[in-house]
Amino acid sequence: MPEDLNWAIGGEAGDGIASTGKIFAQALSRAGRHVFTSKEFASRIRGGYTAYKIRTDVERVQSVVDRLDVLIALTQRTVDENVDELHPGSVVIYDGERSWEAEVPGDVVGVDVPLKHLAEQAGGAIMRNVVALGAAAAIADFPLDCLDEALRKRFGDKGEQIVDGNREAARLGAEHVREAYPDLNGRTAEYGHEYRLERTDADYVLLNGDEAVGMGALAAGCRFYAGYPITPATDVMEYLKGRIERYGGTVVQAEDELSAVNLALGAARGGARAMTATSGPGIDLMAETFGLVATSETPLVIADVMRSGPSTGMPTKQEQGDLDMLLYGGHGEVPRFVLAPTTVGECFHKTVEAFNLAERYQTPVYLVADLSLAVTERTYEPGEFDMGAVEIERGKIVDDDEVGEWLDGQGRFRPHADTEDGVSPRALPGTVGGTHMSTGLEHDELGRRTEDTDVRVRQVDKRDRKVDTAREREDWSPREFGDVDAETLVVSWGSNEGAVLEAMNLLEERGVDVRFVSVPYLFPRADLSEHVEAAERTVVVECNATGQFADVLEHDVLQRVERINKYTGVRFEADELAEEIAARVDGEHEPDTVGGSGEVQAE
Amino acid sequence: MSSETTFVDFKSDTQPTWCPGCGDFGTMNGMMKALANTGNDPDDTFIVAGIGCSGKIGTYMHSYALHGVHGRALPVGTGVKLARPDVEVMVAGGDGDGYSIGAGHFVHAVRRNVDLSYVVMDNRIYGLTKGQFSPTSREDFETATSPAGPKQPPVNPLALALAAGGTFIAQTFSSDVQRHAEIVQQAIEHDGFGFVNVFSPCVTFNDVDTYEYFRGSLVDVNEDDEVDHDPADFDQATERILDPDHEYQGVLYQDPDSVPYGDSHGLGEDMSSIPEGAPEDATDLVREFY
Repeated sequence: MPEDLNWAIGGEAGDGIASTGKIFAQALSRAGRHVFTSKEFASRIRGGYTAYKIRTDVERVQSVVDRLDVLIALTQRTVDENVDELHPGSVVIYDGERSWEAEVPGDVVGVDVPLKHLAEQAGGAIMRNVVALGAAAAIADFPLDCLDEALRKRFGDKGEQIVDGNREAARLGAEHVREAYPDLNGRTAEYGHEYRLERTDADYVLLNGDEAVGMGALAAGCRFYAGYPITPATDVMEYLKGRIERYGGTVVQAEDELSAVNLALGAARGGARAMTATSGPGIDLMAETFGLVATSETPLVIADVMRSGPSTGMPTKQEQGDLDMLLYGGHGEVPRFVLAPTTVGECFHKTVEAFNLAERYQTPVYLVADLSLAVTERTYEPGEFDMGAVEIERGKIVDDDEVGEWLDGQGRFRPHADTEDGVSPRALPGTVGGTHMSTGLEHDELGRRTEDTDVRVRQVDKRDRKVDTAREREDWSPREFGDVDAETLVVSWGSNEGAVLEAMNLLEERGVDVRFVSVPYLFPRADLSEHVEAAERTVVVECNATGQFADVLEHDVLQRVERINKYTGVRFEADELAEEIAARVDGEHEPDTVGGSGEVQAE
Repeated sequence: MSSETTFVDFKSDTQPTWCPGCGDFGTMNGMMKALANTGNDPDDTFIVAGIGCSGKIGTYMHSYALHGVHGRALPVGTGVKLARPDVEVMVAGGDGDGYSIGAGHFVHAVRRNVDLSYVVMDNRIYGLTKGQFSPTSREDFETATSPAGPKQPPVNPLALALAAGGTFIAQTFSSDVQRHAEIVQQAIEHDGFGFVNVFSPCVTFNDVDTYEYFRGSLVDVNEDDEVDHDPADFDQATERILDPDHEYQGVLYQDPDSVPYGDSHGLGEDMSSIPEGAPEDATDLVREFY
């Protein structure tokens, strides 16, 4: 019997689904349980199905699975949307008074709770979701005081009366379940399920990928953020607003992404650690300025929180479809770094690293997250975010005294000096004797426009040499998991790591060994030739249709790989991924077409 | 160095490639004088230039500078100034850069009211691409891409700035370097976004909006005895800016109560200076997620 519990609340957008789910996630975290959440939502404020799902365990959880144990259904559609995930012994909480009788499969246990009625009794119908939380707590034997603490966190700033009202609402929900369904445990036990949300002494923090990026930026000394609201990157801006000011920084909401990236570029030219974050449509606009950032050798961090494309695509759905754009986008040949954190926690670490790389090499850095990371709330030991370990390296910034070493024969500063490692000195405005210009035109060492063929070649080579230097100096290793001698090598990038890891556990139970390489550095990146050569088969897992990273890997290692692609807009679930990998190991899967789309999973 | 700084210190050793007689020479000279007269120093000055003939100005002046992509000079200048309130920021561009490809940024830069100056060399033509109509070209101005005239009214940049909530709106003529320099100086000294539209004639591709034309038609709202103009009077400014019969030079509008963005947003720190590790209280950021 699985130890983890999969819980969800679903209803119409505008029903307060996300905030209710977050309260329960926080309560579980406070109770010392690990939590991994996901959201299904539409890009509108009202109307449309939306759900917040929580997977929780006393052990670490890092993926969603295709199973629901407890579902709070505010609408029939919530039941219908999730009917495949319900199993014999699942519990569905619904409000029979809300003019519908939930139609649930026969072997699913329906629990009718008069949510609205009890909420009114506690002080207002608005608290009906909290009544449902109380009911869910009672079903899973979860201590109400943990829920109380989360309610205080959520409603504390609204006054004691609101907090007390919500506590009462939760209590009434729990009481109703105990009184009206005294033998609920017995009924689920008939199907082999007994839901118990035990607490532990562990102390966790709960955060999502956007928040982790924002916190990483603050830790790294970012002082300037400019952005234009876009799903699913907006949370980075909202996190920073109100916090960056504590450190003397600012958030500017720009008129568009063209402006956002140029605002950040300006701040970076001024010497501030600056960043912007956006999603696909914004990245397209920022591509205009990306080349300027690179040729003017300005350190800048640009986060792309990917969503489904192309064009407006599916704004609230998952995809890893921007890789080609990030690796190759922009006219001309542009040196760059591309980092893709693989977990919520890594969003923090890779952001810190991105700022250091940007300044060390005076090069733009794409920080690539995706919707799954952005909307997933996940628990961590607070030590995961060790602020004492954060080091800030600003590269070759020269002060008034050092400027002299970098002047030409006529006493002019050389901001694009052709150095051995490709990295030039950087004089920030205000540095005496460091005045210089830079430009998106090809330029000489002084930053002056040139069309001289020799100078052109030297400057292109110099900029590219920074990448070569970085290849040598920095650690671009991928994250390695599983059995190094396994016949099957699974390669993935970005947020799929958790699902692959959990799929590996499932595969192990079936006797299938897998070696897994999770790639956080997309450019520069590790050479995986030896990995691929050592394996019988290589399978690349990614959330896009064409296998963009599989193409890259084939190009790197000059060998065909197999592909598992998903572009439904939903992230990989551990159990479906295990099936897909197993099918390839068992040879049940037709080989992928050359350069084609690989096998596609339909939902 | 500041006390001895003169306008020559703002001149680089690169020879301009502007056509002989180009209005941009006078525009640039005025800018350099204004910067020197306001006690600025090249080491503490940042020029942001757009694309076009006017965009070359960053190369010809001596200071910190960035020559950006077409139309985006204002966001860059805004970023520099917010990050470095201690640095004097001047943004320069042309009518295509500012009122066509960059029109969206212009409106928002104006209303943001960041404490910088913006000098637009308005020659009512696209010069660097060799003679196509610009957003400020007259309706009947014949060019390679408008053989019968653009047949669309020109943008009135001053009106655009006024409608966007501009706090300093001025117009100058590059040939009247003395007045041009004085007005740019006032734009620099203004607490907020100092906008100066400069008639900077193109001698090669515009035979309509010429030196002669501007010399004969411009009325100075601040100096002409016949004009009684109070720049603080919004209605008067509106009337003159929308006047279909006259072109004006001078400070058309200045809001005496202008509050720059940095002040209204509590900015003032040099953002380039940061510690060598995470902030001392950074652990509080983690604790918030309990």
